[in-house]
Amino acid sequence: MALETANIKEKLTQKFGNKVLNFAMSRDIFSFEATPDAIHEVIRTLKVDENLNFHFLTDLCGIHYPDNDSTHQFAVVYHLHNWVENVRIRVTTYLEAENPELNTITDLFLCANWMERETWDFFGIVFTGHPQLKRILNMDEMVSFPMRKEFPMEDSGRTDKDDRFFGRIANNG
Amino acid sequence: MSDLLLLPEHRYAKVIEQTRNEDGSELSILNLGPTHPATHGIFQNILLMDGERILDAEPTIGYIHRAFEKIAENRPFYQVNVLTDRMNYCSSPINNMAWWMTVEKLLEIEVPKRAQYLRVIVMELARITDHLICNSILGVDTGAYTGFLYVFQFREKVYEIYEEICGARLTTNMGRIGGFERDWSEAAFQKLDTFLTDFPVAWKEFENLFERNRIFIDRTVNVGPISAENAMQYGLTGPNLRAAGIDYDVRKAQPYSSYEDFEFDVPVGKSGDTYDRFCVRNAEVWESLSIIKQALSNLPEGPIHADVPDYYLPPKEEVYHNMESLIYHFKIVMGEVPVPVAEIYHPVEGGNGELGFYLITDGSRTPYRLHFRRPCFIYYQAYTEMIKGGMLSDAIVILSSLNVIAGELDA
Repeated sequence: MALETANIKEKLTQKFGNKVLNFAMSRDIFSFEATPDAIHEVIRTLKVDENLNFHFLTDLCGIHYPDNDSTHQFAVVYHLHNWVENVRIRVTTYLEAENPELNTITDLFLCANWMERETWDFFGIVFTGHPQLKRILNMDEMVSFPMRKEFPMEDSGRTDKDDRFFGRIANNG
Repeated sequence: MSDLLLLPEHRYAKVIEQTRNEDGSELSILNLGPTHPATHGIFQNILLMDGERILDAEPTIGYIHRAFEKIAENRPFYQVNVLTDRMNYCSSPINNMAWWMTVEKLLEIEVPKRAQYLRVIVMELARITDHLICNSILGVDTGAYTGFLYVFQFREKVYEIYEEICGARLTTNMGRIGGFERDWSEAAFQKLDTFLTDFPVAWKEFENLFERNRIFIDRTVNVGPISAENAMQYGLTGPNLRAAGIDYDVRKAQPYSSYEDFEFDVPVGKSGDTYDRFCVRNAEVWESLSIIKQALSNLPEGPIHADVPDYYLPPKEEVYHNMESLIYHFKIVMGEVPVPVAEIYHPVEGGNGELGFYLITDGSRTPYRLHFRRPCFIYYQAYTEMIKGGMLSDAIVILSSLNVIAGELDA
């Protein structure tokens, strides 16, 4: 029995009502939004429901939308995959600017551990209940969240880096 | 002794304090890495050890983090390509092709059959080199240097083929949006033919050297096993997952670049231990060789790039003599090309797992957000679980059998 997108939608709206919204095909992946307070339950339903059976977490990442209104400043995107039916699904949840926080899914997928740490590291999104939420790719002493849009790239014209210290002669172009 | 190494609040400190063995010996800390010659990359693991047995490990990563995702947000699409081949540098053409395919999916460009087949050939060559390095290095770590030296020359031969195709060897920056930058030269096909005759002989000998070798079997069987259930939980993909017995392969599940035209098997293991991972990679090399042969014998004639003047650089001689071509050249180089607003996820079967690009565009010249699903970043989490209870020398062997590439791990 193939897994129809209409069935997924029906099942989720039945259970979560207006906490899941904007169902649509985004190119080849069926996508929808879920509110942050419901995200853990939504992912759990997608995983444990024997008809849905999205048992593999492909990817988890954050996005910063500084131009959106204050309740949609950050997004966390989950890509799940059902290998048996070979169906992928994308769940997006939007977070507010002041206090971006949502529940961890490390209790559902062990691999979410580092992905959530990476999202915390780069966006400052807090995953409540995470066993070890600390920086992973950047150094621990860092105070900013570099993937936020306001974080600047290094100025290519900066002069405080002296080529002599890197084994090159000064002003060698 | 151990309090010199550890902060008092570290979770190991308490364990050491509380545990005293019957013979009076105590647990110890061993710092493995970041720059240890046996780790083939910059990983640090703080190991909690009882004698030579590992009780726990705490990995630290990020030593060569280069902020590719941030850089990608500030670069036009074709400039992102050079970032991708610095991730898994053992099989950079796969990353390059995956990126072009992501952009083509975004722009809905249909790539000609010939270019698709050539891409398959070069991606399978890359997979062979990736597996070749991983397996031969695993040999080195178990004490067999000969096999490594013997097959490593064939990586050189593959790099010569890359050189004929695109001019570069390690970080290839191969291809364009819509196909290849030029058709493959006669020399490239000749070198490919030589490789296809010589390499299987060497690879057969390499297999014979290891697969029934008593010492190698003793070192690898039942070392770092992972169950299929756990492998899924930890997000393993690629050969490491298949060694645990799950036949998930993106080339079969979601064929891209005409993989549906080729016949090949997906080798699977059973116990997910180091030996199974080795054998699955060996078997995949044979499948890759078979795919390359099929692609070569059925290679269609025709153009090597799609007809997309908005995105594909015009030929140089026209740029120098023709106003319109010059304008197009300028626009493409400056990234002033039309881009739709979309969200794309494109997965390919990389050398060590499912490599995915999650691309969000807002119609501007650069990606709004580009996230790399890097397979080894995700499955390296399972490493701690795998080495628990093993010996120190097993930890080294397991690390090399997982094929963790530092560049991809840290992005």
